[in-house]
Amino acid sequence: MTAVIRPVKTSAETALVEQFTAAKAALPGNATLREQAFGAIVEGLPHRRVEEWKYTDLRALMKDAKPLAVAPEKAEIDAAKKAVPFAALKVPAILFVNGTLAEQGKLPAGIEALALTKAYATDHALLKRFGESGVPSDNAAVALNTAFVSDGILLTVKKGASVETPLHLAFVQHGAGHAAYARVLVVVEEGASVTLIESHTGKGAHQTNSYVEVLAADKTDVTLVKLQNEDLASQHLATLAIKLGAEAKLTTVNVSRGATLARQQIHLYFEGDTTNASLNGISLSGGKRHLDTTLFVDHASYGCESREQFKQVLDGQSRSVFQGKILVRQNAQKTDGRMMMRALMLSDDSEADLKPELEIYADDVQCAHGATCAALEEEYMFYLMARGIPRAEAEAMLVEGFVGEVFDSIENETLKEELLAVTNEWLRTRD
Amino acid sequence: MPAVQETIDQVRSIDVDQYKYGFVTDIESEKAPQGLNEDIVRFISAKKNEPAWLLEWRLDAYRRWLTMREPTWAKVEYDPIPYNELYYYSAPKSSPGPKSLDEVDPELLRTYEKLGIPLREREILLGVERPEGERRVAVDAVFDSVSVATTFQKELAEAGVLFMPISEAVHKHPELIKKYLGSVVPVTDNFFATLNSAVFSDGSFVYVPPGVRCPMELSTYFRINERNTGQFERTLIIADKGSYVSYLEGCTAPMRDENQLHAAVVELVALEDAEIKYSTVQNWYPGDSEGKGGIYNFVTKRGDCREANAKISWTQVETGSSITWKYPSCILRGDNSVGEFYSIAISNGKQQVDSGTKMIHLGRNTTSKIISKGIAAGKSENTYRGLVSAHRKAKNARNFTNCDSLLIGDQCGAHTVPYIEANTATAKIEHEATTSKIAEDQMFYCKQRGLSDEEAVALIVNGFVKDVLQQLPMEFAVEAQKLIAVSLEGSVG
Repeated sequence: MTAVIRPVKTSAETALVEQFTAAKAALPGNATLREQAFGAIVEGLPHRRVEEWKYTDLRALMKDAKPLAVAPEKAEIDAAKKAVPFAALKVPAILFVNGTLAEQGKLPAGIEALALTKAYATDHALLKRFGESGVPSDNAAVALNTAFVSDGILLTVKKGASVETPLHLAFVQHGAGHAAYARVLVVVEEGASVTLIESHTGKGAHQTNSYVEVLAADKTDVTLVKLQNEDLASQHLATLAIKLGAEAKLTTVNVSRGATLARQQIHLYFEGDTTNASLNGISLSGGKRHLDTTLFVDHASYGCESREQFKQVLDGQSRSVFQGKILVRQNAQKTDGRMMMRALMLSDDSEADLKPELEIYADDVQCAHGATCAALEEEYMFYLMARGIPRAEAEAMLVEGFVGEVFDSIENETLKEELLAVTNEWLRTRD
Repeated sequence: MPAVQETIDQVRSIDVDQYKYGFVTDIESEKAPQGLNEDIVRFISAKKNEPAWLLEWRLDAYRRWLTMREPTWAKVEYDPIPYNELYYYSAPKSSPGPKSLDEVDPELLRTYEKLGIPLREREILLGVERPEGERRVAVDAVFDSVSVATTFQKELAEAGVLFMPISEAVHKHPELIKKYLGSVVPVTDNFFATLNSAVFSDGSFVYVPPGVRCPMELSTYFRINERNTGQFERTLIIADKGSYVSYLEGCTAPMRDENQLHAAVVELVALEDAEIKYSTVQNWYPGDSEGKGGIYNFVTKRGDCREANAKISWTQVETGSSITWKYPSCILRGDNSVGEFYSIAISNGKQQVDSGTKMIHLGRNTTSKIISKGIAAGKSENTYRGLVSAHRKAKNARNFTNCDSLLIGDQCGAHTVPYIEANTATAKIEHEATTSKIAEDQMFYCKQRGLSDEEAVALIVNGFVKDVLQQLPMEFAVEAQKLIAVSLEGSVG
């Protein structure tokens, strides 16, 4: 639309090219795949003129590209363990420190695990399954992960296994000044059920890029809960890609609390018929932080139902973005898709950007979306304050009520309480 | 819920191959040489005998246009437009600016009669008593690149309302043109607006003085006749303090195999306490059922509530054009100003519609409302694209948006792309796009009274659509109703 501009490479873009050139020889696995993926970045990072990145101008926001993390020492691993959340849950955990698989607890029966590095060494067949969900490989966050990934884990939930105990994937960042890339593949075989908890914590100014792909076969029941509570100086780019078979059930809850810049991408593909999915999330932003949740739901089959419920609470000068798109393909008749997004602005200096999108090619479907954006109702505040509750407390009660709804889809009470505690902690600091 | 048979029939009856305004008027015309360059811009300016400053303005726009790229973000696909093969000016030979209707080529008058547009005031004035309450409409008829007739000029002048072709206003009221032209849609606004700024030929100009309520509806009727021409009209409406004006616009074109380009710019300025109501029934030739021919409608329409308590209301019924790229917008600059957008867009055949609005809240206590209904049939694509933004200073801004769409058949697509940008916590923005599943209690009420399911649905839905239609002035509402007496049952967001 405007004059053609020849972009000058930013320092982050230059650094990425240098790092890739230096590191590629030492990185495991298929070098061609990495080269191809990096091809999507080599021209530069996505900016606001790229529609999907309109509200999260990665080119401007990503000031630098930190060097790849080196494998952690034992002392670092021990120190990192202290930052693992959800101790009260008492569930087995797979620990990653700075993107490296550091410790693997005893897995619940029915789950098998294979370290990504081992899979690379044997060119394991599971590796080929990455990308089956149809997530675009040239998406900047995905491409960066493919190009730089050094460690991760491949999980298989065996056919018919009903895994009662949740499995915790704990990603801890220790120290500052590095970038960590990890990826996880979860293959859920027919009729299996599993709950996975993913957490990202740790102190220091670092960069995280995580990629999790879940391939759930027919009649599976999968629950995915993620807490992103990284240091407020860190950057977090994450992709969750899911493929669902027929008559399956999926519940996801995503809590975005930390990082100065975070983008959570969720890509959901309905491969089988009559499957139900419920996607939920909250983001809590304050200070000058920038949180982004970008969702793409691909209804490609008959009679599937999807429910998306996302809430944002904003304070300070923060910016919170929610983009969600529901695509209903021509053959996806009887689709029922509902997306609701609500932004609650506690500060006048914050900015909420919402983009709920529908793209529909089937005629016998029910699709709806709603979006609202407002401050707390003064009337409710008045009601509470008239009963002697101080302003700050009244505000906290209302916010808790606002986000609490999102946690209702979590069955594990302890987990629900832990997540509410994170919300309350944010309400005190509002950072 | 799939669409009921009645709905399908109604849509079918206005399908592309039923286009009845597709005749060609055989009239000699004078055209500019084919193509686009600075000489063409000078040619158009000279034809209009324009002052030097306007020529410079055009040339400046043209030079900027050369550096711009055509936007690609809309959900429309078309072959590249051969900008250098178009004719940028075409006028019926006999009448470049007739003094009175008697001087207008009878062939032209017949064209407008065929279209049902009354240009002969006499008939109306001499006619038997008008039924009580019937309103008169002053019409400015634009044929290809020039305005051929403007009716009721005298009566309007008595009220102080200026209503004339913009080419005439350039000479008669240069101070107003200089002050307002390009003040809402800047020359550099977008690719098509810049092109329009360089080569715009004619259009309507309206100025309503302070405190005046315009005594009749104003209307412009656009007709593209000539082959290979682009129509680039420019409309400028200014409602001075405390005034009110209602303006209607209608469009048709002959059926031709090639695509024709229509890139208009409409600028509205509402000053303190003023109100502008702008209605469009767009029925350009949509191309045949195979997608051959049809008008490319790339239009920039924007209203500026420049001072406090101003109100601008857009109503559009879009049934024509092979491609529609149109986002009538409101800049709510003045405190307490109000913006409204009511739209019904129907696409058939291989039509592609990407339309919506922008509500830019800048002033305090500004409010806006968006009601959009999209109906896609055949192999068409129908997209609503809208932006609601509340600036930091737009304290207590309010918006309500509702867009519904309906698909008839599984070969078409309906899409909703809303953007919401809130920069102040005091703003309250609500957006909903729902399946228009009719409330159970309404159905129950109707069925209890002996109506069948389909009758009940038709009744409820009709009432629902009429809410939007009511925004149109009576004369247009009737015409529009014929076009869109379709139910929205079973619609998808």
